[in-house]
Amino acid sequence: MNPLLNVGGISKFYGHRIGCKDVSFDLYPGEVMGIVGESGSGKSTLLNCLAGHLAPDTGAVNFDTRVDGMRDTVTMSEPERRMLSRTDWAFVHQHARDGLRMNVSAGGNVGERLMAVGARHYGEIRDQATDWLGRVEINADRVDDRPTAFSGGMQQRLQIARNLVTGPRLVFMDEPTGGLDVSVQARLLDLLRGLVREMNLSAIIVTHDLAVVRLLADRLMVMKDGHVVETGLTDQVLDDPQHGYTQLLVSSVLQV
Amino acid sequence: MISIENVSKSFTLHNQGAATIPVMDGASLQVAPGECVALVGQSGSGKSTLMRMIYGNYLAAAGRIMIDDVDVASAAPREILQLRRYTLGYVSQFLRVVPRVPTVEVVADPLLATGAERGAALARAQVLLENLNIPERLWALSPTTFSGGEQQRVNIARGFAYNYPALLLDEPTASLDGKNREVVMAMIEEAKARGAAIIGIFHDEAARDRVCDREIDVTGFTPKAAA
Repeated sequence: MNPLLNVGGISKFYGHRIGCKDVSFDLYPGEVMGIVGESGSGKSTLLNCLAGHLAPDTGAVNFDTRVDGMRDTVTMSEPERRMLSRTDWAFVHQHARDGLRMNVSAGGNVGERLMAVGARHYGEIRDQATDWLGRVEINADRVDDRPTAFSGGMQQRLQIARNLVTGPRLVFMDEPTGGLDVSVQARLLDLLRGLVREMNLSAIIVTHDLAVVRLLADRLMVMKDGHVVETGLTDQVLDDPQHGYTQLLVSSVLQV
Repeated sequence: MISIENVSKSFTLHNQGAATIPVMDGASLQVAPGECVALVGQSGSGKSTLMRMIYGNYLAAAGRIMIDDVDVASAAPREILQLRRYTLGYVSQFLRVVPRVPTVEVVADPLLATGAERGAALARAQVLLENLNIPERLWALSPTTFSGGEQQRVNIARGFAYNYPALLLDEPTASLDGKNREVVMAMIEEAKARGAAIIGIFHDEAARDRVCDREIDVTGFTPKAAA
């Protein structure tokens, strides 16, 4: 099996400060990788470099495109990259309002992504949007409501529906459960886990919540000061951390 | 099926003065298909540590841990995940689940992960839950609120849902009553009969004597300097 994503030597500097330095990894189809680390460790910088939101200073992000096979998304043209981010890629923001159009209806938010890839039949778009709202547990009678009328957890689920409706192969998630209360988090985690398996999604999840990666991620990457300090199987990294920083991170979690 | 050669392990606590604690040295053992081997030794002697290394949950410092043709000690995460999905099962002492997921789904999950058809996986889960005397009215509920014994039985059902060629059992009969203990014993015997290689930790001596063909005393693997 070939990797879906092959990342080599990604670095990003902010002036003379390090955003992230020399990050390399492979991600295979169906694999979920978590990136953990404290605030300022470079995990969001890395994610944004991977997803094409930031231009890395060095390195390559090779993605196995459907048509041309492996392509470096850092050097591909802007329209090509934009097409990718509408079709095979998805990005789930921490704040749903960054990923949604707040004054367009819920159905419109989901339908818009379909229209961006060429869907034109209103009835079909609406049916598919309603179907997806159902899959993320939003009642069909809310399809015409705007996300401003939704709770935080519902907004987040709507954002996920909007992202997954085009059947992407790779999903980037930035703190997808951050800022939600724990019962809503549990529901979202359960939902994400189901969708990842059903759609055989590959995902990269940035979070500082170790419980989230334990439940969702197959593999873990631990970052500190822009560097990757440890990688491995999620349960191995959490249960038998090798690096001092990871040991500190794991032992700092409060038990409930 | 399972072949361990010269495995050693130490823990380095970087945040506690970089103290290094050697816990295992020169661990070697073999388990053939259809055989059940018990790990024995007093508490703290490294039974669970060894078992966790075999599962890839702890990193081995040195040595080889061959399961079929995969060396867990040096395999990439992806290979270990593959191994855990199709070859190597592990019944831990504690159940860890996603909140909100119904018990029957928790049990069917390992089957679904291998691509089993959903209806068949759920049917198999129901049979296991029934055999382990989990009342049917609980099947649709999340096991997070179950009693300790019920959670353990759900965990066992989950561990036996898929017929793994190799199985690790960490105290599968602790905190079970006589009737359920008997069910679990029968499940282990059945797994042996279909050719599974099993490594188990049993504090219950009667259970150990009944299902295990051999005992391996892990105190023999304790590092000499620390002894």
